[in-house]
Amino acid sequence: MGKEKQYETVIGLEVHVELATRTKIFCGCSTAFGGEPNTHTCPVCTGMPGSLPVLNEKVLEYAVSVGLATGCEITRYCKFDRKNYFYPDNPQNYQISQLYLPICRNGSVEIETKDGTKQVGIHEIHMEEDAGKLIHDEWEGCTLVDYNRSGVPLIEIVSEPDMRNAEEVIAYLEKLRLIIQYLGASDCKLQEGSMRADVNLSVREAGEAYGTRTEMKNLNSFRAITRAIAGERERQIDLLEAGEAVIQETRRWDDERGCSYAMRSKEDAQDYRYFPDPDLTPVRISEAWLAERKAALPEFQTEKKIRYREEYQIPDYDIEILTGSRQMAELFEKTTALCGEPKKVSNWLMGEAMRLLKERGLDPEDIRITPSNLAELIAMTNRREINGAAAKEVFEAMFDTDVDPARYAQEKGLLMTHDTDALTRAVKQVLKDNPKSVEDYRGGKEKAIGFLVGQTMKAMHGKADPALINGMLRELLSGEAKFDA
Amino acid sequence: MANIISEETIEYVGILAKLELSDEEKKQARKDMARMLDYIDQLNELDTEGVEPMSHVFSVENVLRRDVVTGGDMRDALLANAPEEKDGMFVVPRTFE
Repeated sequence: MGKEKQYETVIGLEVHVELATRTKIFCGCSTAFGGEPNTHTCPVCTGMPGSLPVLNEKVLEYAVSVGLATGCEITRYCKFDRKNYFYPDNPQNYQISQLYLPICRNGSVEIETKDGTKQVGIHEIHMEEDAGKLIHDEWEGCTLVDYNRSGVPLIEIVSEPDMRNAEEVIAYLEKLRLIIQYLGASDCKLQEGSMRADVNLSVREAGEAYGTRTEMKNLNSFRAITRAIAGERERQIDLLEAGEAVIQETRRWDDERGCSYAMRSKEDAQDYRYFPDPDLTPVRISEAWLAERKAALPEFQTEKKIRYREEYQIPDYDIEILTGSRQMAELFEKTTALCGEPKKVSNWLMGEAMRLLKERGLDPEDIRITPSNLAELIAMTNRREINGAAAKEVFEAMFDTDVDPARYAQEKGLLMTHDTDALTRAVKQVLKDNPKSVEDYRGGKEKAIGFLVGQTMKAMHGKADPALINGMLRELLSGEAKFDA
Repeated sequence: MANIISEETIEYVGILAKLELSDEEKKQARKDMARMLDYIDQLNELDTEGVEPMSHVFSVENVLRRDVVTGGDMRDALLANAPEEKDGMFVVPRTFE
């Protein structure tokens, strides 16, 4: 035996993204998720003979924006094609897609890898319609079809085979997701299927030509993608080592079992006989319209990071997290504009907001706090109307139901008392009740003060300013006075 | 006829179109298809150098609609066409996963 062969994994992705339009790609049916089966349907999206599809302008707008944001060339004259196949998820017996003249071509996105930055090429982006949902009725042994999803707009982003491992694949997907979320073109949730990634993978010996690839479907999380890549690489290498050939096929990943199997569903013959759809008119894109789209592009993370460093005195780590979601970045910027205290705003978002998102199992995109309420909460703490612990309680209520902080604090009795007499009485009582701590503090045990502050706070039912208590305690303790009389 | 369509080709085209043809129909289909290809050959005699393939007869472009919900719930009307329905859904023979 010679030395062991070195295999390189070659990966390209086909990413389907469900666009955040109100209506379907070719008809006025709602795209709202979760409706009763078949209640968002019409003759167009159920493929009735004689129905006429008409392109949703928002789909074109989103597709072009994603293309511009990923450095693609925009096809000025594009058309739709029919991809013919028989399967009950598509009652037309063809999917309207784009083969010959896709809307975007030849772009790239930059990803961070452990060896530095890398460009992942985008071969093309095309617009197409989603298919209906099949529900298998085990009891009756039949299949039920819901066409609510039929005709929901998708873009398919086809990468070049530029990735070499799972880390690069995840970095690429995260980058795409961030760009698309910043554009507001989709929420890109893998678990919910609004972003779906099919992995095309082959292996080759170092320096050799590309091997035969397989396509892996049903990958619903980054974890599943990582495991599927490792599993498929191994399966292909085993085949090659055993002197067998890799068959070009579509495989379905079973995340529970941790393995994949060849799909036999959609086709006996993978011959789609594409041809231009005669029902849809070609789309010609004018320079003026394209310029409008370019002007409407938002500030993306890369530019935001540079600006944040110049504009706000906050750590790079904060900048990275805050700009990691458009909603978060917007909340940060707008709140800072209102209160002028970037570090305090950042602290709330990096600390409490992140903690609550994690606790509630939410994403940064789900955050519903309004800038004016957060600015008000910060102002309340600045004016010493509310202490830190109470402010966190108010923040949590704002996080869950976007309450008005002043009214909420008032109603819940969280505002600090300004009755200095009451506070003085409480402080004196605490000193009287805790001679041991008094002695400890005077004997040099700095920590004892914390206990005394805590006791006073308790006596005040949490509605006092700890800094003020601290000051009063220190002043009283600085003399020789006895408190136990 | 210059073109000859093999039995395998007709079989394959039949599978793609989900058609079950009798032997008699296959024979006829082979003849028809050969004649069609002969006609295509005739068209190919024309010099089409530099001529874009035409996919649309009318020169209409950019027919778009605004992203506004116009479709209502047409479930009952659509299901009325279904051979079988259950729980508001179309029933089809069991598909493989």
